[in-house]
Amino acid sequence: MVLELARARPVWQIMFSTHHTDVGLLYLIFSLLAMFVGGAMAIALRLELFAPGAQVIGDAMDFNRLFTAHGTTMIFLFLLPSASAVGNYLVPIMVRYKDMAYPKLNAIAFWLIPPGAALVWLGMADFGWYANPPYSVISAPAPAAEMWIFGLKLLGVSSILGSINFIVTILKCKHPDMSIGKVPLLAWSFLSSSIIVLAAMPTFAAALLMLLTDRLGASGFFNPAVGGDPIAYSHLFWFTFHPEVYVLVIPAIGMMYEIIPRFSRRPIFSHSSGVAAFVILSIVAFASWAHHMFATGMSFTEKTVFMVGTLAAVPASAMHVFNFLATMWNGRIKFATPMMWAVGGIALFFAAGAGGVVNTAMPLDFITHDSYWVVGHFHLFVFGTIAFGTIGFVYYLFPYVTGRMYNEKLGVVHFILAFVGACITFFTQHILGLFGMPRRIYDYPDIPEWVAMNALISIGAMIILVGMVIFLGNLIYSTAKGKPANMEDPFGLGGKYYYPYEQRNPHH
Amino acid sequence: MAHSNWAEWIYVAVVVALLVYVGAEAWNIERIIDHAPEDAEIIKVTAQQWFWSFEHEDGTKEVGELHLKKDHAYKFELESKDVIHNFNIPEYVVLLDAVPGRINTVWFSPTEAGEFDIQCREYCGLIHYNMRAKLFVEGA
Repeated sequence: MVLELARARPVWQIMFSTHHTDVGLLYLIFSLLAMFVGGAMAIALRLELFAPGAQVIGDAMDFNRLFTAHGTTMIFLFLLPSASAVGNYLVPIMVRYKDMAYPKLNAIAFWLIPPGAALVWLGMADFGWYANPPYSVISAPAPAAEMWIFGLKLLGVSSILGSINFIVTILKCKHPDMSIGKVPLLAWSFLSSSIIVLAAMPTFAAALLMLLTDRLGASGFFNPAVGGDPIAYSHLFWFTFHPEVYVLVIPAIGMMYEIIPRFSRRPIFSHSSGVAAFVILSIVAFASWAHHMFATGMSFTEKTVFMVGTLAAVPASAMHVFNFLATMWNGRIKFATPMMWAVGGIALFFAAGAGGVVNTAMPLDFITHDSYWVVGHFHLFVFGTIAFGTIGFVYYLFPYVTGRMYNEKLGVVHFILAFVGACITFFTQHILGLFGMPRRIYDYPDIPEWVAMNALISIGAMIILVGMVIFLGNLIYSTAKGKPANMEDPFGLGGKYYYPYEQRNPHH
Repeated sequence: MAHSNWAEWIYVAVVVALLVYVGAEAWNIERIIDHAPEDAEIIKVTAQQWFWSFEHEDGTKEVGELHLKKDHAYKFELESKDVIHNFNIPEYVVLLDAVPGRINTVWFSPTEAGEFDIQCREYCGLIHYNMRAKLFVEGA
């Protein structure tokens, strides 16, 4: 079997390769596959929630398994690997080195992901991707819970190995003439997110192990019946996963730093401001984790500390928004598909951040906590910002990977459907949350406002679905039969397409 | 980068000012509502998979419904028999986790008579979606 990219190559050659472009391609294909799988799960959830009563899912437990798998898939199997895909393709070129620092380790990091995915998808645990105890210890059925735990262990190790590779490549393998301050912002974004992963991920690795031993009855960390404290898990979990959301968003912002200056035909407004914002964000990311725990019974002082820590991260994000807008100002903008996605992503990033400020204002969190407001809020980040940036960058990288152009008109239609769908779906979810609808519920009572908004949200999801189907078709058809791209300047911007340091894949 | 950055500094200053305002206002309001009044009547709330039960100060027990009086302060002592639940009266912004192994307290004083929903706001398994109860506030 042959995969036709720039030149036809046997699939097994790509699968066993350790070259960064091949590992990047593996990450890219896997992450896009996972995006469609996770998206199908979301569509099933939204079909069920279209109206009160059972629609397409007959059993509450199946619904619970689906939302758990949806969240786990999207975060660990789509967003993290897609960032690794982009990083693998471009970080070595950006620092003018021949490959990643440890090519074999790179391939190992990728190949940990499919077994992790298999464990998650075959297990179908039901406790949400947070896996909160005591439910996940005493109540969640086996073997689903254990499979999820082992799956996430593999995925966590993959993430750590990838991060080591990025850090060493950027800091130690960069060209001797390149000072750290001159490293492009996309590479800086991988440096920041990788350092966060190294600092944050081990805590969750510990928590996973503790969940497992608790389930086996060998320990009582989180089980109050044997003297444990379930809130201890929440601290460990969120100590990792609040910084982790920055690990997710920072590479997407880096991708926007590639697209926006090029399509505005102006240099980035302030490279040093971008670097400063990444560095500040990476540090302050660790100061806010317990804002997820305001409703657990924390003291007033604790809540205040974490509110301040959360607010402290906002100016750094605001600096990126300013940088993008100032770059576009007075630019000769070409609104091709990648630019639309990047700009749409910035707009939704702003909305997501604004909603977050509401959540962290302590008394207001008691209105929004664990309601559909939160669901809308984080989807504006993960879909509206990160997926938008990533998808835009996939379009941008398409000629680079395949040597062909995708269909531009379909790319625009995809963007419009995704943007309109996202606004309908996720802004309505904010309002639904204000009306009190909890998250993670299979069915809801016949409250007229809830019924109307759920129907609207499901329609929005279907609009996104249509766009995604078009995307899938465009990707497959254009890879096979798209017009060969002008590799010097596929988007007609007037500058060179990519860094002048040519990639030399030994198999090409 | 030989251009001036003054616009960015002003922008960051405005953002920081807005955040300081939000933080200060939130701190102030939370400070006031964090303490239950001395004379609040204590209601023991027991959460379990998948229903709510209540016990009044005088020993009266209720299951699945709660009868309270308007303009009276009530302090809920939340406990759970199994997993984490979250006691929520959305129309009165009462919301706090019921965590097994500890007792969390949250208070309110209902200002309107009527019938209100009580729901669970933390995933607790199969019937989490229907772990609901009714609050009746008697007026006068």
